[in-house]
Amino acid sequence: MSSVSMTINGKQVSGEVEGRTLLVDFLREHQRLTGTHVGCDTTQCGACTIHVNGEAVKSCTMLAAQAEGADVSTIEGLADGDNLHPMQEAFREHHGLQCGFCTPGMIMSATALAKRNPNPSESDVRHWLEGNLCRCTGYHNIVKAVMAGARAMNA
Amino acid sequence: MPRDDGIGAAVRRKEDFRFVTGQGSYTDDLNRSGQTYAAFVRSPHAHATLNSVDTSAAAGMDGVVAVFTGHDLADAEVNGLPCGWQVHSKDGEPMVEPAHPALAQGKVRHVGDAVAVVIAETLTQARAAAEAVDVDYGVLPGIGNMSAAKAGKAQVHEEAANNQCYDWELGDEAEIDAALAGAAHVVELPLVNNRLIANPIEPRVAIGDFDTATGEHTLYTTSQNPHVIRLLMGAFVLGLPEHKLRVVAPDVGGGFGTKIFHYAEEAIVTWAAAKVRRPIKWTSDRSEAFMTDAHGRDHETVAKLGLDADGKFLALKVETDANMGAYLSTFAPAVPTYLYATLLAGQYTTPLVYANVRAWFTNTVPVDAYRGAGRPEATYVIERIVEEAARQIGMDPGDLRAKNFVSPDAFPYQTPVALEYDSGNYAGTLEMAKTAIDYAGFPARQAASKAAGKLRGIGFSAYIEACGIAPSAVVGSLGARAGLYEVANVRVHPTGSVTMHTGTHSHGQGHETTFAQVIAERLGVPIENVDVVHGDTNNIPFGMGTYGSRSLAVGGSALAKALDKVEAKAKKIAAHLMEASDTDVEFKDGQFTIAGTDKSVAFGDVALTAYVPHNFPHDELEPGLEEQAFYDPANFTFPAGCHIAEVEIDPDTGTVTLANFVAADDFGNIVNPMIVEGQVHGGIAQGVGQALLEGCVYDEDGQLVTGSYMDYAMPRADNLPNFTVDTQVTPCPHNPLGVKGCGEAGAIAAPAAVMNAVTGAMRAAGVTKPIDMPATPSKVWTALNAS
Repeated sequence: MSSVSMTINGKQVSGEVEGRTLLVDFLREHQRLTGTHVGCDTTQCGACTIHVNGEAVKSCTMLAAQAEGADVSTIEGLADGDNLHPMQEAFREHHGLQCGFCTPGMIMSATALAKRNPNPSESDVRHWLEGNLCRCTGYHNIVKAVMAGARAMNA
Repeated sequence: MPRDDGIGAAVRRKEDFRFVTGQGSYTDDLNRSGQTYAAFVRSPHAHATLNSVDTSAAAGMDGVVAVFTGHDLADAEVNGLPCGWQVHSKDGEPMVEPAHPALAQGKVRHVGDAVAVVIAETLTQARAAAEAVDVDYGVLPGIGNMSAAKAGKAQVHEEAANNQCYDWELGDEAEIDAALAGAAHVVELPLVNNRLIANPIEPRVAIGDFDTATGEHTLYTTSQNPHVIRLLMGAFVLGLPEHKLRVVAPDVGGGFGTKIFHYAEEAIVTWAAAKVRRPIKWTSDRSEAFMTDAHGRDHETVAKLGLDADGKFLALKVETDANMGAYLSTFAPAVPTYLYATLLAGQYTTPLVYANVRAWFTNTVPVDAYRGAGRPEATYVIERIVEEAARQIGMDPGDLRAKNFVSPDAFPYQTPVALEYDSGNYAGTLEMAKTAIDYAGFPARQAASKAAGKLRGIGFSAYIEACGIAPSAVVGSLGARAGLYEVANVRVHPTGSVTMHTGTHSHGQGHETTFAQVIAERLGVPIENVDVVHGDTNNIPFGMGTYGSRSLAVGGSALAKALDKVEAKAKKIAAHLMEASDTDVEFKDGQFTIAGTDKSVAFGDVALTAYVPHNFPHDELEPGLEEQAFYDPANFTFPAGCHIAEVEIDPDTGTVTLANFVAADDFGNIVNPMIVEGQVHGGIAQGVGQALLEGCVYDEDGQLVTGSYMDYAMPRADNLPNFTVDTQVTPCPHNPLGVKGCGEAGAIAAPAAVMNAVTGAMRAAGVTKPIDMPATPSKVWTALNAS
């Protein structure tokens, strides 16, 4: 076991982890931040997408120890109380979610896109989300939501 | 003016705040105090005898609480997993129904079959100890597909001669053969309906808990139907009475059928939690999901359609082999029989239909209902062969369909395959779809593609489905071992807010919004004052759950009946308050009034009076305002419509691009059009996935080849276009909301539309032998270059 410290959603946290503990398990099991989900074991589904130092990362593919000193944001840190982040609001407004399981990863991936590309085209969004699987929506409304959310974030 | 939160409004979903903020409560997010973790030892072999299972080393490892094998379950008189539907063969014999032990006994029959379970303090310890369980397998020849099963390469179950489960028929074969012999044209088409894996993004999870103080067992599970699990597991597997068994299905991350069934892991964690007196959590990883979640489809069919010289359909003969996998999953026998052959009339007046279905055991994961369940397979047969017939006789595929449609004035229409269609307008949705895709403009688009060196094709799929499952008496007569009604409870609180309990379960469908809209509309209560509760057998009277596009048609009908009772009682209370007869009371927009007077009383005042009954008709009524209804439908509902796909193929690479996809559906009345559109989008994506990408592959011996998302091609955002969806409304005539169901239409219609487009494009390049799904680049390229 070794200790690890990082900032999660603006709060300094530390914990004791095994060397093999994945960042997603540190978030879910140690920090009880269960909004970040696990949908596969091959880094394909993207349900565990978070931000590490501002970049979208699949937290099942990173060790907790690798996040030492990092600035981590998860879905729980996005809204300001009851005021949704513009991307969360866009997903709600455009019915960009059904069961909600892939949604945190989708939103975290989408906000990372919006920071790079303030006005993404449909094709930009579809290409960017290639690493996030959704089985419910057929992506149609997710794409609409991400385009609208990106514009709202950069308005 | 219609309410902005009532029936017909595109209300934004009530459930979304918790989901977009990461506050959904899925089963794996739950943890019980003192919880332990389960890891299963699973067979790497498709077929093997269990010579010995030595758990001694594992039992002594750090953190291990207990290790159980099939012997332990047998000693504890834990029964096998039950099958919920009995099909009889054409000779009158019941299907072969082998035991399905929760942990293998004597033999393993598919890769992933569970041999033992290790329970430990941490998941890491449980997994490490599971690795240390020493299993001596006597590897046997495995059966990876139905051809091998028929060839008798091995015997999956001793009691199933030649590996056959049943040989079932519907209709008169001699009559069909005579009709086909006399037909001007007979089209014959072999078809494979590829095996699929449902793959909800949330893997299955089960947590067993036991309260030593009360003797109550609790199972938290990723289920579409917690009461069904309580019934199957309690009554058949563990012998636990309902009052001591609670099943909770909290937020569930997608189901698509595969979370209907009762699985071994649920029974094992429930049983073992009482044994070790600790809560036990099992979370499937994705690799485990691929080899344990029930798969879907897997049919091989030869169909023959006879037409007269004018293109009228005379007779359809269908012979299908259906793969059951290694054991009979909960509803598996019904899928290729009563949910399939009874739909083979499609939208057409075909007077004679015959189906023979042979079901086979193989050394593969059990196959059961997957989105559409039998109806996609039926639609694929009909709509592929009708399109093929149009090509062979040189008729426009839309015109050939229209010529054979059941006409809008022919309802109720008795099909030759048992079902009586209640309503529809098939020409309406055909025309709507043709307009949406600009069918008239297709030749020009095809020419433009050709000029660019590409092949372009267009394909129709005019589907029908039987939803709103189901009239209990009908399904009972066909072998179902359950009733299929639904239950709703409406609790009006003293200050006029409402909690509704439904026996259906939402795992993405948005019931918390749709059902609340019905309540808002009927009671005049703002939607934010209505909560819909589902998923807990301790809170909800009963229910059969969500599948078969039944929630609104059956569960919504139960709700409408419960609301009728609430309104009737509330009117009596209002009449008392207004000193009038209840027959003179009118109720609209939340106000009770007496016609011709200025008397009125608000719904909230009636609710308060019901709970503070100082001035109350005690001689006539009990206090309180809470009503419950069970609804058993009079008939199935029959959503129908027409989807059209347009594809472009790059002949140099074989890549198929879905250029456009339009859906024109008739779901009857619609409560929330936004949610309905979303359901159609998702269904189309799964149907397109089946046609172009997805396919579960086993090798000849039963080894699973597509065991991860690296091998099994899930549709991704950049595989799909936007879809155009529109609806026509022909209300269901026999349920109170006039609704039909929308959840499966896309998955039912899309595969045939896409494959008709693909094979049409290839035909234009001279390839007349159709390829099977999925139309991958290598398959398309190979076929194009073989010609």
